Amino acid sequence: MSPLKIKKGSSSHSAYDLRDPNVERLERHTLAVLVDNEAGVLARVIGLFSGRGYNIESLTVAEVDHAGHRSRITVVTTGTPAVIEQIKAQLARVVPVHEVHDLTVEGPSVERELALLKVCGTGEKRVEALRLADIFRANAVDSTLESFVFEITGTPEKIDAFADLMRPLGLQEIARTGVAALARGC
Amino acid sequence: MTRQMSGAKMVVQALRDQGVDTVFGYPGGAVLPIYDEIFLQNDIRHILVRHEQGAVHAAEGYARSTGKVGVVLVTSGPGATNAVTGLTDALMDSIPLVVLTGQVPTFMIGTDGFQEADTVGITRPCTKHNWLVKDTDALSEVIHQAFHIATAGRPGPVLIDIPKDVQFAAGAYTPPKQARLGHYQPRVKGDIEQITRLVEMIETAERPVFYTGGGVINSGPAASQLLREIVDATGFPITSTLMGLGAYPASGKSWLGMLGMHGLYEANLAMHGCDLMINIGARFDDRITGRIADFSPGSKKAHIDIDPSSINKVIHVDVPIIGDVAHVLEDVLKIWKARGRKVNRDGLEAWWAQIGQWRAKNCLAYKPSDKTIKPQYALERLEALTRGMDRYITTEVGQHQMWAAQFLGFEDPNRWMTSGGLGTMGYGLPASIGVQIAHPEALVINVAGEASWLMNMQEMGTAVQFRAPVKQFILNNERLGMVRQWQELLHGERYSHSWSESLPDFVKLAEAFGCKGICVKDPADLDDAILEMLAYDGPVIFDCLVEKHENCFPMIPSGKPHNEMLLGEAETQGAIDAKGSVLV
Repeated sequence: MSPLKIKKGSSSHSAYDLRDPNVERLERHTLAVLVDNEAGVLARVIGLFSGRGYNIESLTVAEVDHAGHRSRITVVTTGTPAVIEQIKAQLARVVPVHEVHDLTVEGPSVERELALLKVCGTGEKRVEALRLADIFRANAVDSTLESFVFEITGTPEKIDAFADLMRPLGLQEIARTGVAALARGC
Repeated sequence: MTRQMSGAKMVVQALRDQGVDTVFGYPGGAVLPIYDEIFLQNDIRHILVRHEQGAVHAAEGYARSTGKVGVVLVTSGPGATNAVTGLTDALMDSIPLVVLTGQVPTFMIGTDGFQEADTVGITRPCTKHNWLVKDTDALSEVIHQAFHIATAGRPGPVLIDIPKDVQFAAGAYTPPKQARLGHYQPRVKGDIEQITRLVEMIETAERPVFYTGGGVINSGPAASQLLREIVDATGFPITSTLMGLGAYPASGKSWLGMLGMHGLYEANLAMHGCDLMINIGARFDDRITGRIADFSPGSKKAHIDIDPSSINKVIHVDVPIIGDVAHVLEDVLKIWKARGRKVNRDGLEAWWAQIGQWRAKNCLAYKPSDKTIKPQYALERLEALTRGMDRYITTEVGQHQMWAAQFLGFEDPNRWMTSGGLGTMGYGLPASIGVQIAHPEALVINVAGEASWLMNMQEMGTAVQFRAPVKQFILNNERLGMVRQWQELLHGERYSHSWSESLPDFVKLAEAFGCKGICVKDPADLDDAILEMLAYDGPVIFDCLVEKHENCFPMIPSGKPHNEMLLGEAETQGAIDAKGSVLV
């Protein structure tokens, strides 16, 4: 049995995540990148990922400080621990990048994603869709006699689960924002 | 007080305020207002190249030989795209450049206008940073920021794209002192705790080696001085990458020679067998490491680098030190001296004895000939006949480049300009012109292969026009020598397109350009020919016909570790397997 070498803050999810630090395995990390909101800054960050062969699972960006022209890019990426370190170092040296935070290792954080789902159907399926939406705390933000548009907020896993349930009930289209994340506490 | 002026005037004023004395460039429609301003002044000298790639390489030569920023001015569209190879070269080798490109007017951007290209889009991955300036009021501040970013931290090329209407419009000029330089301020001081750990390792190591790179040169003359001091005080052996030659003198007693794929046997085996590797301003390039899994298996590794992304990128290190080489070495020396200047004398003695045995292999030995000029012999004679001169060497890329690194000795930094990271054939001739412009009285030699040299030979016109007496020392084997060597060793001697057919007569070519041509093929005539080249007051194309099938050794085949070097022809049979041939 491998020794229990749990690095402090190595996982935000569970204290029972017993990862062997010597095994090179893919990890999923959520990075928050604070940048000057100048022309081309998103292309710089995306180009870095594609140019060096890094993965992007999800990416969101918007200006968060209008007076200071500062944007926050939240990017979810996967890679071996060495690759994740390299991604952070590469991001940090991009000139308009001010800060790079690895929310996955810096302590507990919350992640949320918003999705809109269009579900078309009539009769029993339509009723079932509405009932499941209620269970998932999704709101109907548009409805016709044959369709709903549901708005749901949650972790990407929760949205996946909701979408899976809606599929047999007439899911037609889905739009997702990608993950937004913040560290917990002050 | 801010002064109002046109954008074009602002460009020239900002360059002047940044201390620029030379610009390498080529005019065109979208930069005409700036060229008009250049016409109206005498502070900044403009060197007209023959192709924009030449402008960038010339600026690289200027920058690398002076430690200053190289400045390039080219037009939009093809002017900018022709500069891309030079920008990528400068990015890979960390050369500070400011490249100014013209752009179609702001109201035409996006319309596929004549000579329009998405220059900032194209050059984003091959610059350290770039800007499209849409407002004349912002232009001068951006230029000052560009000089700051090009030189701060790990140096690199930056590009400013200036639409033509921005050049014509009037705006407020911001002098350098009032410009906001932003948050980009890389740290230069190393972490004292890590530096102390390194000093502790220096005190006890039995088999240490300094492995230095271009970062020492980029850090400035003080870094080279401090490096010499620490190497001589500790008595540790030192090797260097291609990029770092000259930081420690080749005549120094601790010098092992260059390491890497075509490095010296003793240097590579010292890297493989050491117990402490001190990497100073190098980046564990694949030409250096060979097979990663077997790279220096028994050593603790320290790495001094100003770029945090270089640390642990390919090789995991035990002591990472982020900072400028000169600042860190100063602290290392200070702490090491304060703790009593300790080293492991017994260990070192045995280590040097071991290195002596490796040296005795005489890995650069080659079979001499009195019938044909061996390329190694040509470089040995060039070295012997120019030793002690105020000499700068540039190279093209290939076998001649490796032989030059092996057979020429560099006593000082900033004397050796070669395309290391990108391996750009066609670099050497324009780079030699840039060096010569910066050092008009010095001896500047471009060691070239005929194939590389042809790639930018149009720049001979630049050399003649600006009376840059550059010596083009072409080792002509009528082959793409390094390609041929790999085809021999890796591809069953199928020499696919690796010979130079229909070569020009280089002597006549020289005459056509209005300079001197010399051709030599008999080893007995070589010395006289070199002396004739050195004596001629003007550019020379020196066509040295050499052995056509000489291979460059030693060689670590791709995918092999340091201790599986090939020392000569006899060892090449079956030495490289199919797996190795996948690598470059």
